[in-house]
Amino acid sequence: MTEFLQQIVNGLTLGSLYALIAVGYTVVYGIVQLINFAHGEVFMIGAFGALATWTVLFKGQTGLWVLPIMVLGAVLVSVLTAVVMERIAYRPLRGAPRLAPLITAIGISVFLQEAVRLFYPGAKSKLSFPEIDVVTGPGIAVAGLNIQRAAVFTVGALLVSAALLWYFVNRTRLGQGMQAVSQDPDTAQLMGINVNRIIVIAFALGAALAAVGGVAQGLLNSNIDFRMGFLAGLKAFTAAVLGGIGNIQGAIVGGLVLGIAESMATQFIPGQFGGSAWKDVWAFVLLILVLVFRPQGLLGARVVDRA
Amino acid sequence: MAQRSVMTVGASMLVASLALAGCGTRGEDSNDTGGSTGGSAKVAKIGVIAPLSGDLSALGKGIQHSVELAVKQANDSKAIPGWTLEVEAVDDEGKADVGKNGATKLASDDQVIGVVGNLNSSVSQQTQPVFAAANITQISPANTGPSLTRGADGNSRPYKTFFRTCTTDIAQGGFAAKFLIDQGIKTVATIHDKKTYGQGLVKYFTEAYKAAGGTVVAAETINPDESNYAPVVSKVAPSKPGAVYYGGEYPQAGPLSKQMKAGGLNVPLMGGDGIFDPKFVELAGSTSNGDLATSVGEPTENSEAGKKFLADYEAAKYPEAAAAYGGYSYDAANAIIEALKTSLKDAKDPKSARQATVDAVGKVSFDGVTGKVSFDEFGDTLVKVITGYKVEGGKFVSVKSENVS
Repeated sequence: MTEFLQQIVNGLTLGSLYALIAVGYTVVYGIVQLINFAHGEVFMIGAFGALATWTVLFKGQTGLWVLPIMVLGAVLVSVLTAVVMERIAYRPLRGAPRLAPLITAIGISVFLQEAVRLFYPGAKSKLSFPEIDVVTGPGIAVAGLNIQRAAVFTVGALLVSAALLWYFVNRTRLGQGMQAVSQDPDTAQLMGINVNRIIVIAFALGAALAAVGGVAQGLLNSNIDFRMGFLAGLKAFTAAVLGGIGNIQGAIVGGLVLGIAESMATQFIPGQFGGSAWKDVWAFVLLILVLVFRPQGLLGARVVDRA
Repeated sequence: MAQRSVMTVGASMLVASLALAGCGTRGEDSNDTGGSTGGSAKVAKIGVIAPLSGDLSALGKGIQHSVELAVKQANDSKAIPGWTLEVEAVDDEGKADVGKNGATKLASDDQVIGVVGNLNSSVSQQTQPVFAAANITQISPANTGPSLTRGADGNSRPYKTFFRTCTTDIAQGGFAAKFLIDQGIKTVATIHDKKTYGQGLVKYFTEAYKAAGGTVVAAETINPDESNYAPVVSKVAPSKPGAVYYGGEYPQAGPLSKQMKAGGLNVPLMGGDGIFDPKFVELAGSTSNGDLATSVGEPTENSEAGKKFLADYEAAKYPEAAAAYGGYSYDAANAIIEALKTSLKDAKDPKSARQATVDAVGKVSFDGVTGKVSFDEFGDTLVKVITGYKVEGGKFVSVKSENVS
């Protein structure tokens, strides 16, 4: 039983990380029907932004107070990257066949990875992420379970981000504009909504959450590297599809389900096909099963069919 | 309908991007170094094949520069009259497929007569046949996988062209097992990364550890591309091991050590020469004190010859440190140079002297920086010294050395 609960804790941690990234895929998809494969790189750049902030401003400091500033630095760098990416690479392709932006996304992904590898000092190999008081260090024992300190940060970050996101989408004018564009961009434009602005905001929102995820991963794994966005992006995209792409709640649920599935597979599938070596296989088996029996995803895709 | 087609395309893109990530070339231009070609001297090249980029580049660059140092000294002292030696360095990225391509490139260069490399046993498995087919001597400074010289059955040498200056995982695993038992640690969990090196190391460790009276309470693996090991740590933790023995290299071992301690598994992580690097301590952070490692040979700075090597290396001002295998690489290059003294004497070009070089390397015997350099009938070194290290105050400190022949 302890093992079961322990793996639930691990799964929720991993799942929260996936969810933070998955929201970015789903928000952008819901509005422009684009699978932004470069989103994993935005996440990676967020982690490097946090590390750079720490290195430049606070090298050697371990106080908890530097963490909010690191998160802020991460968010700034990620949002800037996403907005510039949208402006330069995606906007000129608005209205082009859908394959074009998709290939562009992969191109940007490779470009961003290589840019970080070449120009960030020391990024050719893994970089260690700073140890911050309170959120890193020996785990906390609660009722026989071990809770990683960084896990508390990750789950907390997801809760706060999700609450803010919900408020933004449902309670602000801009958020309602986003919903309108997602339902029918042409009519939304006729109603006086600046569609281009809404799209930029969608990219920026996703990037901000991914940046928080980047910091979380740095704290959890204690290191970051320029390739970290690839696997994380892939998993988050899976989570978004699992939950129903275009659906924000779906992305969060999908992320958590995927994380828990991976942890459970590590612990409970015995023999040759078990253990951590096969956890990704089981995670993708789950995805296939969901898509076979519920093609719209767990919570249903919120997309408008524009035939 | 448009919806569905986007998803289909998305799925195929996913596959395509996976493939792309697999074959990206991260190599940098290799620099030919090793002195100028003076007068009408004929040129022979010594190849270096090691990870010069990526996670393991700290070790690979040390190998490259150590060979460059040996070649520079040989040229300066005109060790081989009438010939100038050059170094041709190729990046294998620590990957088997890239290594094989690199080996093919070196083998097709008629001037290449001997090669120092690879770092990873899994890569050497792929490069051995390429060099063997071209009759090129290959001396690895770092491959500790026993089957590379002794075959799968432990008693038949697969390639006559392959030698190594370091000892094997049989010695290393045995030493580690005894080391833990001596410290009163009678239960361990093993974790490896499924690569040739890690898997072999854990196998030989487990055999020796059981024979010495210890119990392996859990055996797990990790995926080297991952960086979150929390589920594995949670799976291992309830079996309450006295230590974790890890087969693999520092880019994974460092974070694993840190995540073990964050995940409530407060026991030392022990590994082989693959984790014996300052980068391990850097990645493992402040909770790595007490972690253990073994490495082949004695610490280079313990012998007079080793001190001189390190001083020369320092004086040559290479941008990267000699790292764990510097001394072995220097000895490997010198073994080739020693052999060339006889094989190149009357040769008209390097290609025709390749076979003579292989024969001559088998017979070399001289005092190198890591001890006596000579090879047995399998191509293994006769020096089987292993040293145990412990992390104290943020760096590896040697605990004891032993000849485990």
